[in-house]
Amino acid sequence: MNAAPRERNFRDEELLADVIARLIGDVRHIAVGNASPIPATAALIARERGKGRTYVSLLQSRKHNFFTDGARELFDCAGQGRIDVFFLSGGQIDGAGNVNLVSTGDYKRPNVRFPGSFGSAYLYYVVPKVILFRTEHSRRTLVPKVDFISAPGASEDNVYRRGGPIALVTNRCLFNFANGHFTLAAVHPGHTVDEVVENTGFDFEMPTEVPETQAPTRETLKLMREVVAPQLSEVYPQFAAQVFGMSQQSFAH
Amino acid sequence: MFQLAKSIDDAIEPIGDGCLLVVPREVSGVPMAATRALVRRGVKRLHLVALPTSSLQADLLIGAGCVAILETSAVSLGEFGPAPRFTAAIISGAVAMKDATCPALHAALQASEKGVPFMPLRGLIGSDILKVRDDWKVVDSPFAQDDPIVLLPAIKPDVALIHTPMADHFGNVWIGRQRELATMAHAAYKTVATVEKIHDGNLLDDPALAAGTLPGFYVESIAVAERGTWPMGLPDFYPADSDHLAEYARMAATSEGFADYLERYVYERRAA
Repeated sequence: MNAAPRERNFRDEELLADVIARLIGDVRHIAVGNASPIPATAALIARERGKGRTYVSLLQSRKHNFFTDGARELFDCAGQGRIDVFFLSGGQIDGAGNVNLVSTGDYKRPNVRFPGSFGSAYLYYVVPKVILFRTEHSRRTLVPKVDFISAPGASEDNVYRRGGPIALVTNRCLFNFANGHFTLAAVHPGHTVDEVVENTGFDFEMPTEVPETQAPTRETLKLMREVVAPQLSEVYPQFAAQVFGMSQQSFAH
Repeated sequence: MFQLAKSIDDAIEPIGDGCLLVVPREVSGVPMAATRALVRRGVKRLHLVALPTSSLQADLLIGAGCVAILETSAVSLGEFGPAPRFTAAIISGAVAMKDATCPALHAALQASEKGVPFMPLRGLIGSDILKVRDDWKVVDSPFAQDDPIVLLPAIKPDVALIHTPMADHFGNVWIGRQRELATMAHAAYKTVATVEKIHDGNLLDDPALAAGTLPGFYVESIAVAERGTWPMGLPDFYPADSDHLAEYARMAATSEGFADYLERYVYERRAA
């Protein structure tokens, strides 16, 4: 993403992190998977705003990682309901909240192969708040129907499910997810409803008046830049340097 | 007393053609020196289980033609992009893929740890992963009404291949916080470990070290391989070699470039 236009005092990444932090709310344990600097920023904001009891597990980090029973502990925790918020993305996401992290075209002979489903086919069912995050908002990524369901957005009534998607945050807008479909909740500054419609491959609902996404407050920006950014540098040095101007040198291994 | 292997090549002798081999995720100490030795030896038809994901290690083994079946939840070079040889092999059909999700692999290995034939797991129902995995079954929980649940058959690896900071002369291997290495070793018939160094004395004598120690009765062979995860990092000990990983991503983007990579960094021993 590009630098903020001159009339704004925040960057796109800061806006997205603020949106996600508000979706997270005040919870006990937020887990963030690999290669997710903006969700990680949001999780650390939520922890700073929490009342001192919020844990953030950044799975790539040594410092922000409390697990001592191996890689399975995250999933065992989640299975018991000890993880409140997780983030997922997808090569494709459809209007039913299905995510595809596997491939496009025929599964046996795919056109495009993505890395794989990671923990999605489990965490999507058991983590109460799963926030979908995809910065490429296009008809290529937001499709009518995914080619492969790594994890479904909803399940039959008899299938054990205590969690799932609550929202989808993109570079253009925020969709809320409820009752098996997305509703356009807000459009980010500098973007329009028409542009969202034009670039979304799935059907979604929207109110007659779609609000503009609330800009981060001065307090939030201060928190993000002064308190969160230094913590982020350990895991995402490039991101912290690029977005928050943190020195990479001081965090070299 | 336990005999340390004279070389990495000797230590990996138990990993034969067709071996069901389990290897750890990218942050748990990836035995890259041993992996290069396997490629040099020309191991074939591996059934590779990456617990629960992999990066350079799986990509290298696949590109070098060592893998027949790959069972994992994801392969990617992370911030260096997609894993190019994995991607090419799946698209061409050169490798049979058994797509999974992370906790399913952990659970299937835990079943072997306990010596039971399967493990139940939540989630999965309604996912296409379940559809393409005909070895996974859905049953009604015998303890509830109308409660379908997935059963995963135990994964019993022939060999677990790991790299850790240290081992001792008794065959005990210190794994520290990387507890999935214990799961792998418990589940596998044999464990092959490379280590940074040999600890003087017995790791089990010190309670603080003993808590993070895999006892020697699981361990088949140990060889010293300093910086044995290079170019991957060893958490808490040394970081990944980012420049090299970027170079790998660049070279492995084409099969010709990958062949050059093998020639330069695998077949030719790396100059120290």
